[in-house]
Amino acid sequence: MSILVVAEHDGAHARPGSFSALAVARDLATRSGERAELLVVGSGLDSVAADAARFAPVIVVDSPLLANPTADRYAQIIADVAKAREAGSIVANSTTFAKDILPRASALLSAAMAGDVTGYSFMNGELLLRRPMYAGAAMATVALTGQPLVITVRASAFPAAEPLAQPGERIVWNVDASTLPNHTEYVGLESRPTLRPELTEARVVVSGGRPFRTGEEFEKYVGRLADALNGATGCTRALVDAGIAPNEWQVGQTGKVVAPQLYVALGISGAVQHLAGMKNSRVVVAVNSDPEAPMFSVATYGLVGDVRQIVPELIRELGQ
Amino acid sequence: MKILVPTKRVPSTDEGVRIRPDGSGIEDATLVHIINPFDAIALEEALHIREQHGSGVEVTAVGIGNADFESELRTALAMGADRAIRVDFDVALDPWSVAQVLASIVRRENPDMVLMGKQAVDDDCNQAGQMLAGLLDWPQATFASKIEFIEPARLSVARETDRGLETVIVRLPAVVTTDLRLNEPRYASLPALMKAKKRPIETISHRDLGVSPEPKVRIVHLEQVAIDRVCVRVADAAELVRRLRYEAKVI
Repeated sequence: MSILVVAEHDGAHARPGSFSALAVARDLATRSGERAELLVVGSGLDSVAADAARFAPVIVVDSPLLANPTADRYAQIIADVAKAREAGSIVANSTTFAKDILPRASALLSAAMAGDVTGYSFMNGELLLRRPMYAGAAMATVALTGQPLVITVRASAFPAAEPLAQPGERIVWNVDASTLPNHTEYVGLESRPTLRPELTEARVVVSGGRPFRTGEEFEKYVGRLADALNGATGCTRALVDAGIAPNEWQVGQTGKVVAPQLYVALGISGAVQHLAGMKNSRVVVAVNSDPEAPMFSVATYGLVGDVRQIVPELIRELGQ
Repeated sequence: MKILVPTKRVPSTDEGVRIRPDGSGIEDATLVHIINPFDAIALEEALHIREQHGSGVEVTAVGIGNADFESELRTALAMGADRAIRVDFDVALDPWSVAQVLASIVRRENPDMVLMGKQAVDDDCNQAGQMLAGLLDWPQATFASKIEFIEPARLSVARETDRGLETVIVRLPAVVTTDLRLNEPRYASLPALMKAKKRPIETISHRDLGVSPEPKVRIVHLEQVAIDRVCVRVADAAELVRRLRYEAKVI
């Protein structure tokens, strides 16, 4: 019996958020007497598998047919492995990768699923999961029926698992090509290269709103402050809609949900949908020319003023 | 071509929801309800496809719930849907049950495509479309921000992912779930809304449909999330940096 952690990777390493999912899986496994195992799926996985094995036993599903993360094939692999390992639970970090694939896998397994889990407890032996609803305005406690349970967790809510003293074993899972679906043709991924940390994994996030009217302006203020703090950049939906920032930077109910140590909101009024994406950050700084902006109501520190004037001052102060 | 658009009735996102003091649910008596915004985007896209393809396209809106859901289905008709179906249910369903019901509607209606929102803004689950695709063994393209026909039965879909814009090609029949930037849904005009009041809504009991889904997710308790920060207003950039360094110790 195992608890499977579906690890997301970039071809070389598992993404840090997957180790938060592993930490949850280890804890659940300790209570249930199961074993937490990482599942890596893809093509050319030698270095990913070696990296992952430092943290847990790894099931490696390596095939050219799995070079791209299409939901139909990945979901089937996950379901097949889960059945063979008699998985009691399947856990993953809550990203668009997992949100695309795991519900499909859970349908193939007739399994119950809870997404975006931020905490859990046990009552009379039953696992109770906490997850936000209504754009974070409510916290639900839910119980799932049957087995396996499929769970995605918000990495920011759990500490990452530590490496093992000895690397875990690597188990090779052979793919039967004839059973793989052939529904989807993968064309490609268009992403902006960035040297900054990934938004959901960053310790510091600096986000910008409406005052920034061009991509250059955004970079000059939001980007530079992010670099001064060694942080990631985020933005509101309005900036993405206006084409000023790429959609993968959007923070909010329908974008990314972040909970960094420090969130700096520059010229962001604080719409409910945006707050849903950042209000669990440890320290929130709001800089806005409107002293009544709702963002101040969720901020730890507030500074009223023009972001164009304040950001260069902040960068200067940080350099001292 | 037939396009099925599941439309969920949800509380309007403009107002904050209040949780009942006993944690059993939300205070919904006074809430304004709307079509789940992502489903409205899906409906808009279906109507757009019909406008491009002409009269050979039929757009059917599907609601799953009690008679109250007819109000959103009428909005869907007023926006331009050709037909509306309501599957009668008294209880709120989890995504697994929704997917089961939709799968049986699909078997009955044989659509070429199911277009639906990527998530409902009440439970924020983001699961039903993917589960439906899995149950039907259909291809899926989630979080769509652009949909193009490259052949009569092949779609190119741009998907919004954490890592950027991904493009996949799927063969119909398929399930496509919609993201925010796909389009801006049209408004239903008042005359169209008046007219839609007289249009029929097919009502099907789940028994007639031959499904009796058993929910797999049980909401034990709901609580209001309060933010308990008191904002300290600082005078200038120097004070802010000092406090971040020595008080909050985050930099």
